[in-house]
Amino acid sequence: MDYSIEMLHIRKEFPGIVANDDISLQVKKGEIHAILGENGAGKSTLMSILFGLYNADKGEIKINGKKVEINNPNDATAHKIGMVHQHFQLIDTYTVTENIILGKEGSFILNKKDASQKIKDLSDKYGLNIDPDSIIEDITVGMQQRVEILKMLYVDADILIFDEPTAVLTPQEIDDLLDIMKGLKKEGKSIILITHKLNEIKAVADRCTVIRRGKMIDVVDVASTTQSQMASLMVGRPVNFKVDKSEAHPGESILEIKNLNVLNAKKILGVKDFSLTVRAGEIVGIAGVDGNGQSELIEAVTGLRKIESGQVLISSKDITHVPIRERNEAGLGHVPEDRQKRGLVLEYNLKDNFVIKDYYHSPFSKNGILQQPVMKEYGQKIIDTFDVRSGEGLDSLAGKLSGGNQQKAIVGREIIGNPKLLIVVQPTRGLDVGAIEFIHKQIVNHRDAGNAVLLISFELDEIFNLSDRIAVISDGKLMDVVNTSDTDERSVGLMMAGVSSKGDK
Amino acid sequence: MSAKKNKELKSNNFIIAISAVVLGLIAGAILILIIGENPFASFRYLVRGALMSVRRTGTTLAITTTLMLVGLSIAFAFKTGLFNIGASGQILAGGLAATTVAFAVDIPHVPLIFLILLTGFIAGAIWGLIPGLLKAFFNVHEVVSTIMMNWIAYWVVFYFVPAFLKGPSLETESAGLPFEKTLRVSWLTELFDGSNYINVGLIVAIIAVIVIKFIMDKTTLGFELKAVGYNRYGAEYAGIRVNRSVVLSMMIAGGLAGLAGVAYYCGYSGKIQIGILPTQGFDGIAVALLGASSPVGVVFSSFFFGILQAGKGFMSGNTLVPPEIADTIIAVIIYFTATSVMFKNFWDKRFKKINEKRNIVQKDSNSIEEDN
Ligand SMILES: Nc1ncnc2c1ncn2[C@@H]1O[C@H](COP(=O)(O)OP(=O)(O)O)[C@@H](O)[C@H]1O
Ligand SMILES: [Mg+2]
Repeated sequence: MDYSIEMLHIRKEFPGIVANDDISLQVKKGEIHAILGENGAGKSTLMSILFGLYNADKGEIKINGKKVEINNPNDATAHKIGMVHQHFQLIDTYTVTENIILGKEGSFILNKKDASQKIKDLSDKYGLNIDPDSIIEDITVGMQQRVEILKMLYVDADILIFDEPTAVLTPQEIDDLLDIMKGLKKEGKSIILITHKLNEIKAVADRCTVIRRGKMIDVVDVASTTQSQMASLMVGRPVNFKVDKSEAHPGESILEIKNLNVLNAKKILGVKDFSLTVRAGEIVGIAGVDGNGQSELIEAVTGLRKIESGQVLISSKDITHVPIRERNEAGLGHVPEDRQKRGLVLEYNLKDNFVIKDYYHSPFSKNGILQQPVMKEYGQKIIDTFDVRSGEGLDSLAGKLSGGNQQKAIVGREIIGNPKLLIVVQPTRGLDVGAIEFIHKQIVNHRDAGNAVLLISFELDEIFNLSDRIAVISDGKLMDVVNTSDTDERSVGLMMAGVSSKGDK
Repeated sequence: MSAKKNKELKSNNFIIAISAVVLGLIAGAILILIIGENPFASFRYLVRGALMSVRRTGTTLAITTTLMLVGLSIAFAFKTGLFNIGASGQILAGGLAATTVAFAVDIPHVPLIFLILLTGFIAGAIWGLIPGLLKAFFNVHEVVSTIMMNWIAYWVVFYFVPAFLKGPSLETESAGLPFEKTLRVSWLTELFDGSNYINVGLIVAIIAVIVIKFIMDKTTLGFELKAVGYNRYGAEYAGIRVNRSVVLSMMIAGGLAGLAGVAYYCGYSGKIQIGILPTQGFDGIAVALLGASSPVGVVFSSFFFGILQAGKGFMSGNTLVPPEIADTIIAVIIYFTATSVMFKNFWDKRFKKINEKRNIVQKDSNSIEEDN
């Protein structure tokens, strides 16, 4: 059998956890091979080993049947392996060409023209549509990702690794990326695609290796396996895709936003005269294309951004200009958009992160002294209830957790305090179906306990699955608020694009 | 096999610090060899100069006192995400204020000691407050503003001392504080065989270490300050008042350096000179680095640097080795602690190999057991 890559019996331990336990992965020439696994299953670790970022404790790697040693990314490049990381490695102020040839052999200045031409040719060949001379910070995230792809192609990589490439993309960009992958496959490249999203695997992959908690579970042929079969292989139990939720029984108004105006980073109005009410016992979803004022709106409501004019009330208390702590005390819970920048102190362990909003009051502290036993008990409850997995439990540094477990830790922290108003921004970004199902269930339970939930998501599926009402935002303005049962993705999509449903525009 | 023996070896701050010290000493030894002296003999003079007698030990501890307080100040700032390069100015501010009060107020010795310590702390805190405010509200980096504050303190001392605290003879320094206005107390002086330098600053420094350690490890205040230091955006999100934390950290750091100023000018030297930016402000950076920014680490590293400082004169008196060698050793140690990542990688690799070997041995013995 012609395998371009074979990773055999790979083992890798981190303190307190076996990230890869006797995993074997065989990728055929010219196939798109998906790796499916829950957050923290060990996918990124396995790929980091292949790319030379980690050394395996055990096991071997063969390329085209020959055993090789890969000790660092340069070795990997020499073996024609390329990788697009979850976080891009580009210099914002450099051009596409400069980024691609940075650190490559040959003189920078002399080769720039040739390089530029080569990049242009590659871009045309694979339909990437990249202008070699544009500056990185001027192009979209989707385009930046293509620059990362070009980086691999530029050094003639034959084996392309994509670590959760669609997590940062809009739906349209995802479709484009999947098409690009198909094109790369046609040119004979082997592709390893890491993703949680079963529909993406269905759309492009030939075979799929399923990993669960560090162990290899199965290799399946994608065409002959259903999504729910794959999901249950991954999670280890049957998975429910649709959110079970009953009719909402909305009560009194909890969050009232009145004629809100907020400036964005460019000092122009990012939120324009926005009004919305969220009542107890309902979930209101805000649908919109990324960058249409959602972030500014949420930052204004949660106290991270100044409000120009208008009013925000939580349970009738005016919080328009009060500090964040007072908002929390008024009953605000907030799962922030950026979990690493805002949601966690990565250098703190989980125990400390769980009380980061509450450390200052009883029972977590008395007379200014932290009460460690109480903190431990409380933290353990969150870990148990929300299934937060980590190497060393409460003592694990937040930065060492996988993204999904970081998110579960934040969601757990925010929900366990039972806030009257829960604002969740992209609550399941980057999470696997098992975790998504779990978090969705928690959000619905929170609603059913008589609380208000405001949901922001760029994934329409999620909006439709969870929301009782949908508010559509476009260019900072509220387009309309509709009952989820009275609308469909098409009309919401139109409003997201700025076309009013009322026909007055 | 016992569980303890199986515990994985991991590099830690202690090993890294020791590595840096050893390399520093080796560098010093090489230089001494080049000069044509015997390094071992020279180092013996160095240590003997610092610790040979009870009296000399007292002097060494007095030098250590200042370094400990400054090191603590800088370590505390590091831990809360700030680089306090202005300890020199804070030392001067604390020392000048305390000296002035000591001259001006006539009260019994013990209450006076408390008063000048408080004065020095407050003056240092004010010297830290200003950069704190600049950082919190105008986003001025503390490195820039604390350096500025150093020179302000320098020139204030330059004009203030000759104008108001002038001694009978020299233009360049204040009058000497009489014994009963300093931090020196007779029982300590006697305990250390008549050392003229040892003073209650040492006790203050140790108490300060304990207090700071307590604040950092156990209190909500420490929890806040560290959170802001690690991730100010995360802290802001959590409802912590970030600006207040930054200002408070700078004030506490300044106050600690101010105490160092009291210990130095009102304890060690008993007078204040003009035209000198105290180098302890910068030595304190080395102390904090070598001590891995931990209060307890600072105790040991300040004592180590104290020995180098106190013994270098004796070494050069008895050999051809110039006292600057001690400074060179300090410099090399700073260099190696600053690049401690290197050691960390070195030891991690080492330990990994050892751990791997152990695992193999252990597996073998396990399989033998299974065979039985
Ligand atoms: N550098 C590291 N140090 C300690 N633990 C780690 C490290 N990297 C990953 N882990 C742990 O290893 C496990 C697998 O992580 P990862 O490979 O990132 O999972 P995935 O990519 O499948 O979500 C997780 O439990 C994670 O916390
Ligand atoms: Mg991953």
